[in-house]
Amino acid sequence: MSAAPDLADRDSWFHRNQQTIAPWLFLAPGILFFAVYVIIPIFQSFNLSLYEWDGLGAAEYVGVRNYEDLYWEWVDRDAFYTSLKNNLIWLLMYLLAIPAGLFIALFLNQTVRGIRLYKSLFFFPFVISQVVVGLVFTWFYDPTFGLLNVLLGAVGVPPINVLGNENLVTFGIIFAGLWPQTAYCMILYLTGLNAVDPEQIEAGRLDGARGVRMLWHIILPQLRPATFIAFVVTIIGALRSFDLISIMTQGGPFGSSRVLAFYMFEVALSEYGFRMGYGAAIAVVLFMIMMGFITYFLWSMYREERGY
Amino acid sequence: MHSSTKTALAAMAASLSLGFGAPASAELTGDLKIFLDTSNPAPRATMEAMIARFAEAHPGLEIETTVIDREAYKTQIRNFLTANAPDVATWYAANRMRPYVEAGLFEDVSDLWAEPAIADNLASTKGALTIDGKQWGVPYTYYQWGVYYRQDIFQELGLSKPTTWDEEKANCEKIVASGRACYTIGTKFLWTAGGWFDYLNMRTNGFDFHMDLASGNVSWEDERVRQTFANWRELIDMGGFIDNHQTYSWQEALPFMVNGDAAAYLMGNFAVAPLRDAGLSDDQLDFYQFVSINPDVELAEDAPTDTFHIPANAQNKDAAREFLRFAVSAPEQTIINDPDNLGQLPVNAQSQVADDKFLQQGFAMLSSNSPGGVAQFWDRDAPAEMAKVSMEGFQEFMVKPDNLDRILSKLERARQRIYK
Repeated sequence: MSAAPDLADRDSWFHRNQQTIAPWLFLAPGILFFAVYVIIPIFQSFNLSLYEWDGLGAAEYVGVRNYEDLYWEWVDRDAFYTSLKNNLIWLLMYLLAIPAGLFIALFLNQTVRGIRLYKSLFFFPFVISQVVVGLVFTWFYDPTFGLLNVLLGAVGVPPINVLGNENLVTFGIIFAGLWPQTAYCMILYLTGLNAVDPEQIEAGRLDGARGVRMLWHIILPQLRPATFIAFVVTIIGALRSFDLISIMTQGGPFGSSRVLAFYMFEVALSEYGFRMGYGAAIAVVLFMIMMGFITYFLWSMYREERGY
Repeated sequence: MHSSTKTALAAMAASLSLGFGAPASAELTGDLKIFLDTSNPAPRATMEAMIARFAEAHPGLEIETTVIDREAYKTQIRNFLTANAPDVATWYAANRMRPYVEAGLFEDVSDLWAEPAIADNLASTKGALTIDGKQWGVPYTYYQWGVYYRQDIFQELGLSKPTTWDEEKANCEKIVASGRACYTIGTKFLWTAGGWFDYLNMRTNGFDFHMDLASGNVSWEDERVRQTFANWRELIDMGGFIDNHQTYSWQEALPFMVNGDAAAYLMGNFAVAPLRDAGLSDDQLDFYQFVSINPDVELAEDAPTDTFHIPANAQNKDAAREFLRFAVSAPEQTIINDPDNLGQLPVNAQSQVADDKFLQQGFAMLSSNSPGGVAQFWDRDAPAEMAKVSMEGFQEFMVKPDNLDRILSKLERARQRIYK
């Protein structure tokens, strides 16, 4: 009877609520930084997109005019339209990295002498900087001295200027981007293949599954987690595509290889830019697109954790 | 009455500054922070040597020099002018400095320009540093633009320096017939096409029209603008420009001229150094002024000017002013612009132009054969946004001349939005 008040005296509010508070304390630094560097800037961008501001003088409130301008650029088939179209091409084409990565992973998933060396060589393009990848491919595509045209010339095809042709340029850059991205997907699948259950393969074999049927019905279902991650990083990678464009073409020729991320940079931060509000409006559009994908990913992860 | 008071005041100020000039400058103390964008090795060494000479004359000053990469500088200047301003910063003249002038970030240095040492000797560049009737900095170097050409190829084909548009086209036809391109150019970074537009438009419609267009007072769909593009198109249709120029930077376009695949290059004088380094001798390389097209308009030239400014938030403005005076003084101008240093034209009329055939020709051209006026360059005369859209249009036009109508209507829409 007398023990209870004693306990209450000893236990401070903190001690009583330790269980509830502790996780929040541990999370606090993360939450703080995430809020300051991610969440708050998102709202700042939303806010800024309603202003016209050159980064120096006073910002002028213009309502949704920046978005109206974007709409007219869309209607006129101008820079915004090109960027959005190219973003779509990037999204679709970049996904090729997933089957290509899977193929190479299956190919490398064998035990022969020196396989580790081959694996690391295949992984190499992901290790080197995107800037280097961009430079290498710029030289590869060079219309006068480039290896590509030397190769084409050897089989009698007239030279093409990949990075100077407004219809080819985006595909040329995506191809350069696929090189490291395929390596990334390959590594994801290689680790996934390690976890494939040999007994199931054995069982499948007994049931007469071979080749493509084996891959489709036995291996791929077990690689689902790897595929999911490969899908996520590839989609995000495609939407973030910036460095290659900046290195290889600067958005040219005449702006035909722009994507939203590059256009935003060009408008807001480059030498001839400094329309901060307009750049923010583009950023908001890009954010909405990304948000669509991210929501889908989070939702499907959540569903998976709940076991459907 | 009014003006005579002004003159008297100016004279007084001048005598004051003359009288106290020496002792006052000896007393300069404190820190002097200088930010430079001269990041290439030769200009960097030149600037550091000049600052060392300044430091020697003012031992009481603690000078701190920061050299920033030339391209990075263009975006960083916006931050450091507001947040952590140096006492002296490099930049460019004309419209390029307007955003900072209008935001009140550059110090008004009209007082320096009232001093006779500057007023008398720097008159030629005063206009480029003037906005709203005040001067916002001082120039430290400038350079001519023009056609650098392979003299040996011209001799081989029996061509002479052209002076009229017809001669230019006749020359080009012969050069193309010999299996070469007339002009090398690399438009990947767009501005090189701006140089062609500057010259073609100034020669077709004159300096004043060109400036009106840069300030947004003329429609891009104007008949006169179309005439400029029609002239340009003659060279394009002839095959005058190298193929695939949209993939090259201006440096990557140099080998075409060095290897003799192209006969000429419309460029600033800074192209001479790499061309010489690549092995072209002065017998092979020569210069001519861009030909006249419309005989009714006066010749005008591009001569971009690099400048020093004092940020409004500078801490040591006295020392900064002294540094500006020092940088434009005749002896310093002679030294920093000689071929061992910047290799460009001095801004001070009292200083010596180096004994270099390109600088001599450029100096003669700008001082006596450019009656129409001196422009800074398209991307410095036009507002940044307009410059960007239009140069993209020029590039597209050079690759696909048939798109001209679409390009011009796009530029016209941009004009209506940008100038408002």
